[in-house]
Amino acid sequence: MSAHAERHGPPIANRSSRIEPTVLGMFLFIASEAMLFGAFFTAYFFIRVVNPEAQSWPLEPFHLPVFVAGVNTLVLLTSSFTMHWALQSIKRGNRAGLKAGLLLTFLMGLAFLLTQMLEYARIGFNPADGAFGTIFFGLTGLHGAHVFVGLTLLAVATVRAFRGHFTPEHHHGVEIPGIYWHFVDVMWIVVYTTIYLL
Amino acid sequence: MARNPFRSEAEAYRFLLLTVGYFALIVAAAAIATWLGLAVFVVLTALALALWLRSRSNEPALRPAVPPRPGAEDERRILVIANETVGGPELLSILRQKAEGVKEHVLVVCPALNSAVRHWASDEDGARAAAQERLETSLGRLRGYGVDVSGEVGDGDPLQAMEDALRTFGADEIVISTHPVGRSNWLERNVVGAARERFDIPITHVVVDLDAAP
Repeated sequence: MSAHAERHGPPIANRSSRIEPTVLGMFLFIASEAMLFGAFFTAYFFIRVVNPEAQSWPLEPFHLPVFVAGVNTLVLLTSSFTMHWALQSIKRGNRAGLKAGLLLTFLMGLAFLLTQMLEYARIGFNPADGAFGTIFFGLTGLHGAHVFVGLTLLAVATVRAFRGHFTPEHHHGVEIPGIYWHFVDVMWIVVYTTIYLL
Repeated sequence: MARNPFRSEAEAYRFLLLTVGYFALIVAAAAIATWLGLAVFVVLTALALALWLRSRSNEPALRPAVPPRPGAEDERRILVIANETVGGPELLSILRQKAEGVKEHVLVVCPALNSAVRHWASDEDGARAAAQERLETSLGRLRGYGVDVSGEVGDGDPLQAMEDALRTFGADEIVISTHPVGRSNWLERNVVGAARERFDIPITHVVVDLDAAP
């Protein structure tokens, strides 16, 4: 072996087995997401706190379509159920269940996103209409961006499922989008409860 | 270690259902009265924290996988965990005793002790360099006594360092060297007791009083 074959670059990073890199990666991802949403929630609660005289929330003239958003929430929650069903199906070797579950999840996710876009078009205010408008569109838009990413992952998983990929032993490509999709749902529960209900 | 609720799809789904239940109760209570919603929020959050802490304490200690013993049958393989006391006379004396009359191989592991802030900032270079320096001094002394010894710098957590070393070294016994009671952080944290609970091989505890050394 020639001298040129020696390793160059920085030394190999020290790695303890205290925590697996994949688990650490997921922790860091969740922590960064928590901080991202946390920044928006901090701004939201700030404008609520500085308006203590408000008898109802949101302040006039803002009105939120609580019912439509509630139905949309149910659609998203149901999509989590179908996602779970899809993964349980492939674990049992049920390919039809996998395909149906993924397709339904994708369609319901798409319906959620489209409904949110319709809500934006008809809500009667825009991001430039004061602090509440900015935070409302910021928070729900941030979540919508996450739904879009989730839909992209789901689309890939769905196409792969219909092309015959995944087996009861190998279904990592469904598991990871599933985890992400549930995470997106958890965040929506927090957003919906905080902004629309409380 | 906190259990990651997003470790698998099934766990993430369960976490989602719990989140739905948590917020549903808060919203229902807040619909009755704002202060009731706040009270339910506080109670549920405290309950969730208590359950989480309880589940952590109930988690069984991880048992290390026992690798095939790499040495010869008649060889005595000793794993030594020591940090500041790594060159202490009591430890050297014990190792010499254990090495008498047998074919021994000693692995000395020096945990790279670090502050919590530096650990989380991944600033381990200084701690590892200091541990390496102590280790080399100790190895030199042991080799001077004719002990077949090798060494490595380990994880800052002594239990983790032992577990890491056992996975590749396959020791017949462990020797843990600490400062005397009152001056030893490891004794304060019951490292010796925890190691005896976790590892199914004989463990010898050696107290090294560096202040009493000539």
